[in-house]
Parts: sequence; structure tokens; C-alpha cells
Amino acid sequence: MKCAGRKCSFSLVLVLLSLALAAVPLSAQQTPVPAATPASASSTLSTSPESSKAVEEKLAQLDKDVKAAQSAGDNAWMLVSAALVLMMTGPGLALFYGGLVRRKNTLAIMMQSFALMALITVMWALVGYSLCFGGNGPVIGGFEHAFLRGVGAEPNPDYAGTIPQMTFMVYQLMFAVITPALITGATAERMKFSGTVLFMTLWFLVVYAPLAHMVWGKGGLLNASLGGKFPCLDFAGGTVVHISSGVSALVCALYLGKRTGFPKQPMPPHSLVLSFIGACLLWVGWFGFNAGSALAASSLASSAFVATHFGAAAAAFGWSAAEWLKNGRASALGAISGAVAGLVAITPAAGFVAPIPALAIGLIAGVVCYWMVTKVKSLFGYDDALDAFGVHGAGGTIGALLTGVFAQQVINPIFGAGKAVGGLDGHWGQVGNQLVGVLIAWGFALVGTIILLKIVDLLTGVRVPEEHEVEGLDVTQHGEEAYNLET
Amino acid sequence: MMKLEAIIQPSRFESVKDALREIGIEGMTVTEVRGHGRQKGHTEVYRGREYTVDLLPKIKLEMVLPDTLVNRAVETILKTAKTGKIGDGKIFLSRVEEAIRIRNEERGENAL
Repeated sequence: MKCAGRKCSFSLVLVLLSLALAAVPLSAQQTPVPAATPASASSTLSTSPESSKAVEEKLAQLDKDVKAAQSAGDNAWMLVSAALVLMMTGPGLALFYGGLVRRKNTLAIMMQSFALMALITVMWALVGYSLCFGGNGPVIGGFEHAFLRGVGAEPNPDYAGTIPQMTFMVYQLMFAVITPALITGATAERMKFSGTVLFMTLWFLVVYAPLAHMVWGKGGLLNASLGGKFPCLDFAGGTVVHISSGVSALVCALYLGKRTGFPKQPMPPHSLVLSFIGACLLWVGWFGFNAGSALAASSLASSAFVATHFGAAAAAFGWSAAEWLKNGRASALGAISGAVAGLVAITPAAGFVAPIPALAIGLIAGVVCYWMVTKVKSLFGYDDALDAFGVHGAGGTIGALLTGVFAQQVINPIFGAGKAVGGLDGHWGQVGNQLVGVLIAWGFALVGTIILLKIVDLLTGVRVPEEHEVEGLDVTQHGEEAYNLET
Repeated sequence: MMKLEAIIQPSRFESVKDALREIGIEGMTVTEVRGHGRQKGHTEVYRGREYTVDLLPKIKLEMVLPDTLVNRAVETILKTAKTGKIGDGKIFLSRVEEAIRIRNEERGENAL
């Protein structure tokens, strides 16, 4: 303390006095107090107007200090969360996908994730943030924050009242980065780099931005707490991130066609070690993704953290068990794929469900996604190379619907204190709202992606020539190789 | 002079090499190879897709021996490389016309 002794003891008296004053009305509500006491207190106040002014100032200062302390805590967690979510794209997803492709396409798939880290960031600063979180239209935001105008140290009370809007902005950016990167799992080993860059830029503007605004933006059609017509629960991006990318991935896989040689020619993953490391990084990064979506270092963040972890574990267990029963062995690829499927499914539910329902969501997602990538894919014969649809599209849809079943107001009273949230609370209508959200996300992703692929196909082309595909995208698209082991 | 080529199970390689050294064979060339004879491969499953891997890893030993050592070398390999299961490999013998040591141009068995 820098102040001199006398001044200090003076302010101590003021603090004590202010605490006593603050305590009086509180206790008055709870226990009957003799009528004389408050009267005598107010008479003391009225006799010394100068000290009353000082008390008010001190209270205001205390109020400011408390807010600053909370902001410091929340901001620290949100900055860490933003960094964790970036880590999911690079290196997490880049390694996960990088290991699943054949050796000749390793750098190409990693470069697609990395390019999106750069590309979407630039787009976000120019118009992206504003289109998602500016304005209050039902479908898309406005241009009020274009070029990040008005985005600074002050919080945006609509979204996160305790952290600088700058933090909120950069945190949401990381979601916009990973979402299109997920689609590259379906276009892997055959899409042109130029076509990928153009398609992803347009897709971000036409599909991601409206969906993000509809679900999370003020006044958005599907927003659960800021005046949406169909309040759809999506804590961390089940519809915005996973359904949108997963369904678009399916459209891309169908539009591009199968890889040359698929399914006759063997195309095993070239390094499951890379994929394994990538999946473990995704799991850790997902704590930033889901627990960070509480937008504060709160008990809700703890709840989402736990649900996320339990969902991932149960899904790894579910996928492995299904595989063990079917093939007689539990594979490493199965276990990590299951964990990712569980993380996807728990994403919309993370901040609404208790730990045991999180286990149930994970288990269901693990088994269903296993069935999607092993049975459904071969039944229809589409070449979703790295199962972006089977894991993100399917897992996201299951998660979004089950959120309506398992959401509870004791975890997150999003509709107001005491009001039922999901099916477990008796509000089964929420499953209907979730279904509306799912259908809109599916529709948006389907239509938007088809139109954009047609446009990109005309402008740059989407698929590499067959001889380039055979030679590999590393050499033909980027002029380099992942492994020069003999040099 | 005879050339001896043996294709063996990778798991038996260390024992075979040590046993050959014990009977006085110092020089050999070793290559990691893939192939199969009557042994069928195995299947691997990645997300439900099955791949048959029919070219299995093997070790190929090559050495050129004076006639007097050939029988003992063959016996040693048979004894140490055998596991009794399908896939143990094969030994091929062929006659060698000439051997020349590059360093000093010695010829014949002296060059071995």
C-alpha cells in the first residue's frame, strides 16, 4: 500500500462503514429489525453529507475493482481458449488428416488447414466478424463492425459482458477457421489448391457467416437467448460448425467424384502415428472450444469441460467396442475416430447437460458414427475420403438432437430461472426446435455448397487432372514433398 | 565357389547371422525385402475398409562361399532359420564363375 498511515486508516473506516450500510438493508429483508435502527442510521447519514459522498465514491470504486477482477479472470481463460481452438486446426486437424492420406498428399492436406488459418483470419478482420456478430437481423449480421470498427477493450454486453470485445472477436475467429478446414477431409487427395482457396472463401461468406449469425448472433432466427424465433440450443457449434461442414463435405465428395482407383485400389492411411497425435491435440483443444464457449471462467465452463471430456471418452469406448465385436480387434484408428465423433456430438450439448447424459451422448455418437463410416458409406459408395461427413455431419446431427433431450435448467437456465430447457426437464418441444435448427443448417449447407461448387468449377476448376492425382498433390500443387528421406 | 541366397523370417535374422559367424563366415550382404511364397498375407482394416497385405517383410542374405563351406552354411541356416511354420523362406545356391577383390585385384577364392 502506497498511502500514508492516517489516510489509510481513514479509508479503512469508510470501507467498514460502507459494509455496515450495505448489510443493513440485506438483513432487514431476512430478520425483523427494530424500527428505530434504520431510522437512526439514516439520521447519522443526513448529519454528515460529506462523508456520505465519500462512501458513495468508495462504493463506486469497489464496484469497479470487482468488475476489473472478474474481467481479468474471464479474459485470461478466454485468451487461453482462443489459443486452444487455433491449436485444433494447426497442428491438431492438420496432423489428424495428414496421417490419414497417402504419403504423396500429406503436405497438400496440411497446407489446406494452414492456408485457412491465414485466409479466414484476413476475411474475419475485413467483414467476417461483422457479418456474424454485427447487427441484429434474423439471417445475417451487418457491416457495423466491418474492418473491426468499434471492436476494442470495451465488452460487447450482448455476447460477453466481462471480457474485451477484442477477446470475444478473436475467440470466435478460431471457430471460423476450423469449420471450413473440416471440409477438406472430404475433398482430400483430389481437389485443386486454387479451387480450395476460392471455394472456402466463398463458403465462409455464404454458408458459415449466416449460420453463425442465425444461431449465435443477436436477433438470429435460431438464437436461444437473444430473441430467436426457434430457440435452438447450440452451445459451441454443433449446427454452426459440425453440421455445416459435415453436410458440405458430403456435397463436395459427391460433386468431386471418387478418387482415381477408389474403392479397388488400397488407400490406407500413411501414418497413423501422425493421426494419433493430431487426435490427442484435438481432444485437448476441444476444452477451449466447448468450455471456452461459456465465455467466462465460470462454473458453466467447468460443467462444459467435464461434459466434453466424458463425451469424448464414452465415444472412444463405444466405437472401439463396436469394432471389437465386428472385427475381433479394437484399432487405434477406431479409438481416435470415436473420440473425435464424441467431441463433435457433445459440442452443442456441452453447456447444457450433466456428466452422465454426456456419457450417453458420447456412447451413442461413437456407435452411430462407426456405423456411418463403415456401413453407410460403402452402401452409397460416395468417397468421403477422410470421413468428414461420417464424423462431423452425423455426429453433429446426433449431438444437436440429443441436446434437446438431455439439456437441463439446473446446468444452464438459458430460458430463465426455473424454466424447463430440454426433454429431461419435461420440455420435449425443445427437440422440435433442435430439429428446425438441424434442418436449416442442412438446407443452408446443401444448397450453398452446390451453388458455390458450380461457380468455382467455372472459375478455377475443382478437381486436379488424373495424372496429377496419381503423381500426388504435394508435387503437383505445391512443388514439394513431405518426406525427402534419402537426402 | 557358390553363391548362397537365403530369404528368411526377419525374426530369425539375428540368430542366423550369429550362427554363420560361428562357423567362420564373416562376409555377407543383407537386404530388407518384401515378398511371399505360399504364405498368404494378412488383412488390415481401416475404418471398415479391408486391405489384404500379401507382400510381407523378409530378410535376404547373400554370400559367396568356397565350396568347402557351402554345406555347413546350408545346414546352419536350416537349423537356425526354421520355425516350422509356413513362410520360413528358401535357400538358393548357384555356381559363381569368378570373384575379384576391387582393392587389390585378387581373384578366385582368395578374393572372398
